Amino acid sequence: MSGASHTTHDAADGMRKVVNSQLIFLGLLFVPLLSLLLPAQAAWIRWGSLAVLAAAVVVMRRTLFSSDHKVIGVQFLITSLVMLFVGGLLAALIRLQLGWPNQAWPWLGKILPGGFPEGGPMDPTFYNMLFTMHGSIMIFFAIIPLLVGVFGNYLIPLKIGAGDMAFPKLNMYSYWLVPPAIAVVCAGFFMESGAAAGGWTAYAPLSTTLGPGQVCWIVGVIILGSSSIMGAANYLTTIINLRAPGMSFFRLPLAIWALFITAIMVLLATPVLASALILLLLDSTAGTSFFLPAGLVIDGVVQARAGGQVLLWQHLFWFYSHPAVYIMILPAMGIVSEILPVFARKPLFGYHSMVYAIMGIALLGFLVWAHHMFTSGMNPTLGTSFMVSTMVIAVPSAIKTFNWLGTLWRGSIQLTTPMLHAIAFVSMFVIGGLTGIFAASTPVDLYLHDTYFIVGHLHYVLFGGSLFGIFAGVTFWYPKMFGRMLNERLGKIHCALTFICFNAVMFPMFILGIAGMPRRIYDYTAYTHLAQVGGLNRMMSVAAFVLVAAQVLFIINFFRSLAHGKVAGQNPWQANTLEWATASPPPHGNFTTTPTVYHGPYEYSVPGRKEDWLAQNVKA
Amino acid sequence: MGWLAALGALFAPASAWAQDGMRVWLPQAVTTTAPVIDRLFYVVLAITGAVFIGVQLTLVYFLIRYRRRPGVRAGYTHGNNLVEVVWTAIPAIILVWLSLRSQQVWSQVRGTPPPPDLEVAITAQQFAWNIHYPGADRRFGRTDASLIDEASNPIGLDRTDPTAQDDLVSVNQLHLPLNQTVLIHLKAKDVIHSFFVPQFRLKQDAVPGITSRMWVQPTTAGNFDIACAELCGLGHYRMRGFLTIESPEEFQNWLTQSLAEQAL
Ligand code: HEM
Ligand SMILES: [Cu+2]
Ligand SMILES: [Cu+2]
Repeated sequence: MSGASHTTHDAADGMRKVVNSQLIFLGLLFVPLLSLLLPAQAAWIRWGSLAVLAAAVVVMRRTLFSSDHKVIGVQFLITSLVMLFVGGLLAALIRLQLGWPNQAWPWLGKILPGGFPEGGPMDPTFYNMLFTMHGSIMIFFAIIPLLVGVFGNYLIPLKIGAGDMAFPKLNMYSYWLVPPAIAVVCAGFFMESGAAAGGWTAYAPLSTTLGPGQVCWIVGVIILGSSSIMGAANYLTTIINLRAPGMSFFRLPLAIWALFITAIMVLLATPVLASALILLLLDSTAGTSFFLPAGLVIDGVVQARAGGQVLLWQHLFWFYSHPAVYIMILPAMGIVSEILPVFARKPLFGYHSMVYAIMGIALLGFLVWAHHMFTSGMNPTLGTSFMVSTMVIAVPSAIKTFNWLGTLWRGSIQLTTPMLHAIAFVSMFVIGGLTGIFAASTPVDLYLHDTYFIVGHLHYVLFGGSLFGIFAGVTFWYPKMFGRMLNERLGKIHCALTFICFNAVMFPMFILGIAGMPRRIYDYTAYTHLAQVGGLNRMMSVAAFVLVAAQVLFIINFFRSLAHGKVAGQNPWQANTLEWATASPPPHGNFTTTPTVYHGPYEYSVPGRKEDWLAQNVKA
Repeated sequence: MGWLAALGALFAPASAWAQDGMRVWLPQAVTTTAPVIDRLFYVVLAITGAVFIGVQLTLVYFLIRYRRRPGVRAGYTHGNNLVEVVWTAIPAIILVWLSLRSQQVWSQVRGTPPPPDLEVAITAQQFAWNIHYPGADRRFGRTDASLIDEASNPIGLDRTDPTAQDDLVSVNQLHLPLNQTVLIHLKAKDVIHSFFVPQFRLKQDAVPGITSRMWVQPTTAGNFDIACAELCGLGHYRMRGFLTIESPEEFQNWLTQSLAEQAL
């Protein structure tokens, strides 16, 4: 007995070491980039800092290079939370400009001389870099790695009763491609010509005309894509082959179903993005014309390109990126479907239709991409078919929402921090989905496309949906990951502040869009139809600053609880699924003996039992 | 339609933030198709608004009604096939109906345009709108990229072409006659731009290598802004054009006068 608790203690210690070494590594990663800002004669600093980074990697190699899926999951977690915060800071700068256009910021000029030349107002090109990098970092380095990297790696083996992934080494490589991808994508910020500024959508031809920062962006996203593909191949193999005895497909927890289908989507869609990016890279650097037609005149100079198709980029990009938006929501839906039954003490309502809805979303998700192109000049008849498929995809989303409500109905609801985040997810996702219907209706989208209405829609699904799902997941599985509980009080304050400020920033975006405010606009004050929107924008900016600041509570809670949280025990939430049937944190190899599965994952409040839960590995 | 208006009022608190007592909401609608799009927008708002209120109220009600109470156990059910069918079918029917309604408007706005009274070609570039009127012969003069001179001939109009003699090329000044059908041919020189007049409720991308068409029939005179709605680089935010809608007589005067100025 004392032996067992001893190993658990060691495991908790080990996880803390992983967190620390990861933070040190990420901190050092940025030093060589920062030194790019120094004049050329300071090259020794650059090489010196690279040498320090290399030395640190050698010293910490034992904690850094692990092929244990739990360690890799936590590495993804730390990395993407850091990037989430970086993305948030960029958003604060965007809001600064939108709240107070044309205002000079001398103190910011001292910190960011490139962004605020001579301490004056923000530079317009810097603004374009801000929203480009904000979107790219949030999507590629925060939301996707958090949902797929963290929960995929951490949960899949534990929840199916496996000792590790099918290909642990491949898994390790899939993580270790991420830091180089981050460094390359962000390198632009530290170069003379600046970061990418073509939007996260990188529409050609604009994206081929921008400088080295844009090229870095392309290369970095290709690297990240390779990481995703490796991860997905691993998830699929693991789920198909390594399920514990008795864990049939229809006994899988929904989080696993969601990650399974997500992995299929990643495998089918990401290669398309990668190849499109390679074509874009060639157009930018090698003089090809995949996306460039004849007769382009840039800055008065006729370009020697011919034969390309501008819209081809959009088709290829959205063929990936629409499925990608579902890659960014399905795992969150899975997480929420996992958490609601635990804290309602009730089986998930409509398990089978939830699974079929995920499949339906994934299938239809490949048939709707051109709803991003209703105004692009493609044939209007094509617009009709994409409108219909898009309308239809809202149906499975509706089914899921109703089943979540059905799960709460006649429950015994306990409002813990993870539950509050999960409820926020349901509530906010509804707004995101419903506003998608405006955008799906082709004539309405003629007006709303590329306005703040779309920005509102995407933030309700990606922040209101995905990010609340992530917060729910992190607070729910934190005790399993680190063996200690988060502080509930701090967690609830963080949830409430995030919920309120999020709505205060994002809801007015719908109104701005309806009033005709275009997105990606550095300064809207000249437009007569926007003469009235300054006050609303300022209110949103203030709320955005509070929103970013509120995340500090989460950071404090996260790191304080690592050492000072209440010891969690094996199953603090009295949940049924297999990850709760082993120690917190689980030892290397996860289970001392392979569990056998006897039930579905959501047997709560079974009549005739004293306890209101029935673990999957316990015979009734 | 009464309860549609009530839904609109839901958003009224936002107008508190507007200066001078003006509401931040849909701008004026100044073409024949703009009010049609607005009506569809309100239909979608009514449907989604009703679902929004229904779902959020149910959620809050459940959270209060079914909060944990000592001694009360949760119900045990894995679901019900009948309700699954019902709540799959109802949204599906509504959404298919909405697609049909949308399609009617779509074919009106984007289908074959009515015979035009006037045609205009607009060539977008970083960061201006070059507006090309064909003149009295109603034929556009030939253009050629090799003739482009950014200062004097931004669209590369071949002035030796007989049909180009009466053509007018203006920068950022679009004048349109009231109550006439105008067919706009949109092109781009360098990168993608998007022609957006909020009061038209329309936007159309200007894509290099493609000529897109859109048509409007203005119904209200006035001055409006043309915005660019597709990120096109550093000056995207200031790619602002000026639209004047005026009576056909005023329009003719403006055209004649501008042609005279151009000849100088
Ligand atoms: C009910 C389901 C949904 C429908 C009907 C829907 C519909 C649409 C449509 C038609 C657009 C294009 C609008 C335009 O650019 O004019 C759009 C944009 C977008 N949607 Fe959705 N959507 C839905 C759910 C989601 C979900 C679940 C996500 C992500 C988690 C998502 C993420 C996005 C993003 C990021 C954009 C903007 C892309 C950009 O231009 O930057 N949507 N949506
Ligand atoms: Cu989409
Ligand atoms: Cu533009």
